[in-house]
Amino acid sequence: MQVKINGRPHQLAGGGSLAQAVALLTRAPSGVAAAVNGTVVRRAAWDTTALAEGDDVEVLTAVQGG
Amino acid sequence: MDDPLLIAGEKFTSRLIMGTGGAPSMDVLDRALAASGTELTTVAMRRVDPAAQGSVLALLADRGIRVLPNTAGCYTATEAVRVAAMAREALGTSWVKLEVIADERTLLPDPVELLLAAEQLVADGFTVLPYTNDDPVLARRLEQAGCAAVMPLGAPIGSGLGIRNPHNIELIVESAGVPVVLDAGIGTASDAAIAMELGCAAVLLATSVTRARSPELMAEAMRLAVAAGRQAFLAGRVPRRHLALASSPPVG
Repeated sequence: MQVKINGRPHQLAGGGSLAQAVALLTRAPSGVAAAVNGTVVRRAAWDTTALAEGDDVEVLTAVQGG
Repeated sequence: MDDPLLIAGEKFTSRLIMGTGGAPSMDVLDRALAASGTELTTVAMRRVDPAAQGSVLALLADRGIRVLPNTAGCYTATEAVRVAAMAREALGTSWVKLEVIADERTLLPDPVELLLAAEQLVADGFTVLPYTNDDPVLARRLEQAGCAAVMPLGAPIGSGLGIRNPHNIELIVESAGVPVVLDAGIGTASDAAIAMELGCAAVLLATSVTRARSPELMAEAMRLAVAAGRQAFLAGRVPRRHLALASSPPVG
């Protein structure tokens, strides 16, 4: 299935989890937050959050700023 | 002198809050933060870049500096609330420097969206430190909304124009029941000292340090200026006089 991760299309195996989607971008053990279709998902729930075709995933971290 | 800064019950020895934007490298930033003596420093939330080198979070953790995520780049309350929620999840802090800007040209806060976002975030349990206009009425409304501090600008972000309306900053300080943090516009050390002499509880700055010829040296200058300005405020300046007042005895 195809999902959007940080605005770019990615192929993910059917039934893929949010944890798998995040792992495509980063393996950082902390300092990262993820949202699916605009809703923040707690890190503890990434493994059990199944993605669906067309889901819009945002993965953010802290950078220099302000 | 034991004179801590208190925000939402948390104690800070340093009254200089730093930003991290604009530094030419992590190494330069690291040395500047150390020289500034800061204990609270802002970061922005952005999409993960798999190619990014170095982590500002690791740098702050190594220095024992508390991280203050901001909502830079947000134009609406809805966006800002979502970024704050992402920051809380990513960084494990409910503190947020709330920025809701009106346009790219001025980066001035949008007062309507700002107040709306502040109300929502306070209701959601955040400790909200809003970057605001130098408007005493808006500052009062933000405090009434439950913000833990108010952070009026001295001048637009990155402009280095100093404090364009010291009278308004004084008015905000006079009536605020929460710490007033002068945020944005600082160009050099004297601007930071003036902010503190006006009674601000702290100063938040980034560009004036990170884009200085020597960020480390300017960071130290800012540390000293903030401390000097604070002491001058506590000491109480002499009144301005129209004519001379001899400082030596007139007779004898």
